[in-house]
Amino acid sequence: MAGVRTAWRRFAGGLSRVLHSPLAVWRSSLPLRVVVATTSACTAVLVLAGFLLMQQATEGVMEGKRQTSMAEAMVAFESAQSELVANDLTTGNLNDILTQVAIDLDQRGTVSGQYHVLVTGPVSSFRSARVLPQSVPAALSDKVSGSGGVWATATEIRYEDGTTEAGWAVGSALTAPGAGRFPVYLVFPLSEDIATLQVLRGAVITTWTILILAVGLIAAVIARQIVVPVRAAREAAEALATGNMDDRITVHGTDDLARLAMSMNNMASELQTRITQLETLSQVQQQFVSDVSHELRTPLTTVRMAGDFIYEARDGFEPATRRSTELLHDELERFAGLLDDLLEISRFDAGAAELTTSRVDMVEVVRSEVVAQRPFAESKMTPISVHADEPAMAEVDTRRIRRIMRNLITNAIEHGESRPIDITVVGDDRAVAVTVRDHGVGFRAEQARMVFHRFWRADPSRARSIGGSGLGLAIALEDARLHGGTLNAWGRPGRGAQFRLTVPRAPGTLVEVSPLSVVPRDVLDAQAPSAAPGGDEVSTPTGERSGA
Amino acid sequence: MAHGDRPAVTGATILVVDDDAALAEMLQLVLQQEGFETSWCGRGDTALESFRRVRPDLVLLDVMLPGKDGVEICGEIRAESDVPVVMLTAKSDTTDVVAGLEAGADDYIAKPFKAKELVARVRTRLRRLPPDAEEETLTIGDLTISVDGHSVRRDGTEIQLTPLEFDLLLALARKPRQVFSREVLLEQVWGYRHAADTRLVNVHVQRLRSKIEKDPEHPQIVLTVRGVGYKAGDPADRH
Repeated sequence: MAGVRTAWRRFAGGLSRVLHSPLAVWRSSLPLRVVVATTSACTAVLVLAGFLLMQQATEGVMEGKRQTSMAEAMVAFESAQSELVANDLTTGNLNDILTQVAIDLDQRGTVSGQYHVLVTGPVSSFRSARVLPQSVPAALSDKVSGSGGVWATATEIRYEDGTTEAGWAVGSALTAPGAGRFPVYLVFPLSEDIATLQVLRGAVITTWTILILAVGLIAAVIARQIVVPVRAAREAAEALATGNMDDRITVHGTDDLARLAMSMNNMASELQTRITQLETLSQVQQQFVSDVSHELRTPLTTVRMAGDFIYEARDGFEPATRRSTELLHDELERFAGLLDDLLEISRFDAGAAELTTSRVDMVEVVRSEVVAQRPFAESKMTPISVHADEPAMAEVDTRRIRRIMRNLITNAIEHGESRPIDITVVGDDRAVAVTVRDHGVGFRAEQARMVFHRFWRADPSRARSIGGSGLGLAIALEDARLHGGTLNAWGRPGRGAQFRLTVPRAPGTLVEVSPLSVVPRDVLDAQAPSAAPGGDEVSTPTGERSGA
Repeated sequence: MAHGDRPAVTGATILVVDDDAALAEMLQLVLQQEGFETSWCGRGDTALESFRRVRPDLVLLDVMLPGKDGVEICGEIRAESDVPVVMLTAKSDTTDVVAGLEAGADDYIAKPFKAKELVARVRTRLRRLPPDAEEETLTIGDLTISVDGHSVRRDGTEIQLTPLEFDLLLALARKPRQVFSREVLLEQVWGYRHAADTRLVNVHVQRLRSKIEKDPEHPQIVLTVRGVGYKAGDPADRH
């Protein structure tokens, strides 16, 4: 009972799905398509076959009936003719004799139940009960009255009560010696034959229905047989895709489907092996990075402290030694910075970077980093201004955001040719954007993507004034991505550059639209009178590197 | 060691626990030049023994040590003393740093550091907050802070705090209505001029709460101001 109810519920559920989105169900269900296609093809074949069968059967039956009707009519006409001839026309009224002949004919016909009689006499006509004279078609009466012989024509028999019936009309003219010719018609109803044909048609339709249902059922069973293993394979593939590496398909038999299952299983095993290898490799690499960090950092600390120690005492040294000490000190600083950046990048590569978020005002974060970079900006005589109308709260990793800002600001100062740097912070309801605009050397539009490449330099011949590692922007990009945000660059030679950081207000959401354009406001404004906003400069997909 | 007899900065004894002999020697050279007494222990498993023997005023503790992990040693030192501990880490990874801070380290310094940076960290941890003659005692929540005595009491019972935790509580208590951002606390309590790791504040606020709050899950004394930082609970707010 419960099984029936479950089946019904499944059926009802399937039905409602079909009613709601028939196209979707049609597309998604292979068995449905197989069943429908097979059933339709079978129906078409069966309908055609049935139609031909019925046509041939009808023709055969009609022809047979015509022949029997003709034969019967011949015999009847012959006996009527002989009866007519045998009677002495002198002794009796022609009319009576004809009537008698007709009655005899009718009796024969009624007894055999095969035909009705219509006789047209000189004075009166005789016809079997209920049959109307219109049952004889005009074409037949023309032929009969025109020439001798027996003629047959298909007709529609009309009765007095208004009913009609298909049948054969067979006509001939009886010759009464000296009195002329009298047309006699025998009408053979086809009712029995039609009944037979109807039974046959019923049988054909019943056979059709049973066959179509059977074909549908068979198609469903076969489709299921194929689909079940295919579905199992699909589910196993989905399980693989979601990382369930241990899922395998049960293999039955040795047919194609079994081989598909085996191939899938082999693929899963291969994948698992490869992934395990890669995981091991990744772990080895992470361990290596960790080891390097410890092994390299400890001696570097010692060397750095020793360098500091000597550097503090440099005033008492000879000029050459003193300069060497200064160089040693500076390069050790650079080495330490480079090591820091390298380790940071390898941490990103190992996927070991983690966000430690807190809710902060991005404007404050930006301002405090600007304050921290003030000494460097002043040494380069570069004014920096921050534009923000209101606080822009966001849940971010402050350390990473500050590092991004540090990289962007030092980069802007380094390449800004001492021209003013503008930093703008704007938030909308989903994201906060920070742009850092400089008016320095800039770079070519197609380089907007390359600036984020590791150790990339716009111009290899240009020296780095602060000895940056060349990893700053690469790290900044990774930091932005870690937040689900984006970091884009815009630049034109001689017109400066703009970097735009966009981070979502809440972690875990992805930024689709930034509150600020990556193309600087001043560039857009300058373009506005001549070209429509959104001109070629706006389409800088070169700089669009999604953090997704 | 009670808070009252914290020694003057110069002449303080510092125990260096690091397995790298060259670094340990360099550290000692730098510290001695700054006027500190130093002592060295090169193994993790004998660190606690050295600590008990030397009775240092501050411990510089490496994380990776032969014999015993630095984080573990830190926990053992904390169990018997409030002496400031500064971890020397080769990695500034979240897990390492947070584990060290949660074990009770006051501060950490990531290798490779500069001599000046180290000395600044050490001095900050040995220094006392400048005493204010006007304020003898302060109240925060239902706690009474004796500034001179470096002690904190609830209903007459003294609560043991490390010097760092005391400084943190004192900083908040001195300006009860002010909201302190993590950055401001880093500057006032840890002595960082520039941006530093705000996890220092987070972890130590948690440690402080676990000692002074009746229910650390629902703090009454050190309140979180979402998106900004921390502030002291209302002194009148007694339950």
